[in-house]
Amino acid sequence: MSREFSDLEINPNELLVSSYVQGEVVVIGGGPAGLSAALSAAREGANVYLLERDDFLGGQLVKQTHMFFGSEKQYASERGVDIKEILEKKVREHDRIKVLTGAAVLGYYENNTLLAEHQDKVIKFKPQRVIVATGAMEKVLNIPNWDLPGVYGAGAVQTLMNVDGIKPGNKVAMVGAGNIGVIVSYQLLQAGVEVVAILEGAKEIGAYLVHASKVRRLGVPIYTSTTVKEAHGKECLEGITTVELDENWNQLEGTEKDYHVDVLCLSVGLSPLTEFLNQAGCAMEYVPELGGFTPARNDRFETSVPGIYVAGDVSGIEEACSAMMEGELTGMYAAQSLGYEDENFWKRANDARAELTALRKGPVGKVIREGQQKLFQKAKCKGVV
Amino acid sequence: MRIEKHPILDFDKKRQRKVKFYFEGKELEGYEGETIASALHAAGVKVLSHSKRHNRPRGFFCAIGNCSSCIMQVNGVPNVRVCVEPLREGMTVEKQPGKGELNE
Amino acid sequence: MTANPKDEEMVDAKLKSTGVPSEELLEKFKPPKENREQGPVVMIECFEKIPCDPCNKACKFGAVKPFDDINDLPQVDYDKCTGCGICIGHCPGLAIFVIDENYTEDSSLVMLPYEFLPLPKEGDIVKGLDREGNYVTDATVIKAKESNRKNSNYVVSLEVPKGDAFVVRNFETK
Repeated sequence: MSREFSDLEINPNELLVSSYVQGEVVVIGGGPAGLSAALSAAREGANVYLLERDDFLGGQLVKQTHMFFGSEKQYASERGVDIKEILEKKVREHDRIKVLTGAAVLGYYENNTLLAEHQDKVIKFKPQRVIVATGAMEKVLNIPNWDLPGVYGAGAVQTLMNVDGIKPGNKVAMVGAGNIGVIVSYQLLQAGVEVVAILEGAKEIGAYLVHASKVRRLGVPIYTSTTVKEAHGKECLEGITTVELDENWNQLEGTEKDYHVDVLCLSVGLSPLTEFLNQAGCAMEYVPELGGFTPARNDRFETSVPGIYVAGDVSGIEEACSAMMEGELTGMYAAQSLGYEDENFWKRANDARAELTALRKGPVGKVIREGQQKLFQKAKCKGVV
Repeated sequence: MRIEKHPILDFDKKRQRKVKFYFEGKELEGYEGETIASALHAAGVKVLSHSKRHNRPRGFFCAIGNCSSCIMQVNGVPNVRVCVEPLREGMTVEKQPGKGELNE
Repeated sequence: MTANPKDEEMVDAKLKSTGVPSEELLEKFKPPKENREQGPVVMIECFEKIPCDPCNKACKFGAVKPFDDINDLPQVDYDKCTGCGICIGHCPGLAIFVIDENYTEDSSLVMLPYEFLPLPKEGDIVKGLDREGNYVTDATVIKAKESNRKNSNYVVSLEVPKGDAFVVRNFETK
């Protein structure tokens, strides 16, 4: 049951809604981080507006049919699609959260004004705190003919298959043996699509090895030190040529191999979607370990623009469990900064922080830890945090 | 190209109403609420436009509304990201020539 | 040698570059012989330290010990394991199997997770596949039921020749 957005008296002849919506916390993005942030901020006592540009909540969760890792708090062994239902229900039933879907945030302007477009109208918000949870998008691989129809991001294929139930093609080659590459390959097989090979340029598989083992026992080969050299086709993709790489990622002549495929899935990393942060004037740092340009921030997830917080992939590419914990924490910190602080607040915040640290403590968290260290160092040097 | 039975997901729940729509004058069928890109893909249409300068065929890429590879003209409105636009009955979908024009 | 390796060096080069564990690695994770001889027992093929612990919560008998650190490898108390297979449906990595080596005089039973269609029926003969997806042997489906979690996770019990109990980890319907 969704709350009616009745704060506004919308004049149908007005493009720009003239009155301001005063908000305590505005959360941009209704994926796992944004949903968690909205819930924790509201739990602490703040009034929250959750703005999501798509017509539905859930972000990446809506197409994730696999079971999640982590612990009970992160809904371990629940499927992403089910976690979406759980979080959405909690959000929509909460008295202090107002949800607006189909609402694209346009920007952040002088005098603390945030504009959002909704049903052909522009709404003006005056948020006291903003939590940016806009996620990330797929990187591309610039090989000849990569622009042909049939060359898709792995996430795109996942959306097509798991949201609308459409097969992307008949024969797929997957580039990238990180978590997304091997998971989407598995899901392609579940959808009845053949995966001819998973190609990984590095010497080793980057995904959790249990994910890799799953696709291997289904007969899908994983070729490390191999990448795509070229895609072929006229109006659509018809095939690819792969090539092996040496330790320095140089192509080894004479190792080319051709495959007939009609889909080439690119799973070569994600980049944070930081347009809002750039436009709002947040200091950004280039940290390859976190996916590229990420916002400088302090340990409470506040950026260099006071009152603007970040959570989830936009603050550094990681995965869903950490996104939910980061959302949980930023919602809490944002609410606390507005004065919502009961006697157990800091115990709850420290417990949540400990959970997040534990998720990243192991060997698979090494790259994230290094990236975050770099980010904090750079931010400190510039005095932004 | 539609998945009928899936080990985890139930697509019948989503496919409530079949609707007709038009692509380049041709009548096609899809389900209300799925994206236009999905409906076109299910009907075998992968080429959504041609690039302005070199006339290269274009399809979608990211399918979440970020990359603008999939923009088409829908009901006369240009620059519609068909990968996130839900299909409605009677829509006319056309390849967009050039940058598109906004009609007042 | 305990069958509960803790060391992160467990992840060997073959696993890291192919996704398939070596025989040496698998030996370290096999349940102890005494437990295998007594009846069905779990084999958790989870070799890498990742942040994940639902197997501990899933086991009603306390056979998967509580985790000190969420990144630890699962530690199994094989004496407590009854081979019920409830944990199979809880593992997000689909890495848990139950082996009954002495199911009959010349066959073993392998319980494994399955998330595909068509779901086989009891009595079906299927193609047993190894960890590389290669055909090993024909197998008989003894049971194929939805795991008690009702999250579309199926647990299939396959009867395989005795020598293949630690080889067959997947199947293909004929």
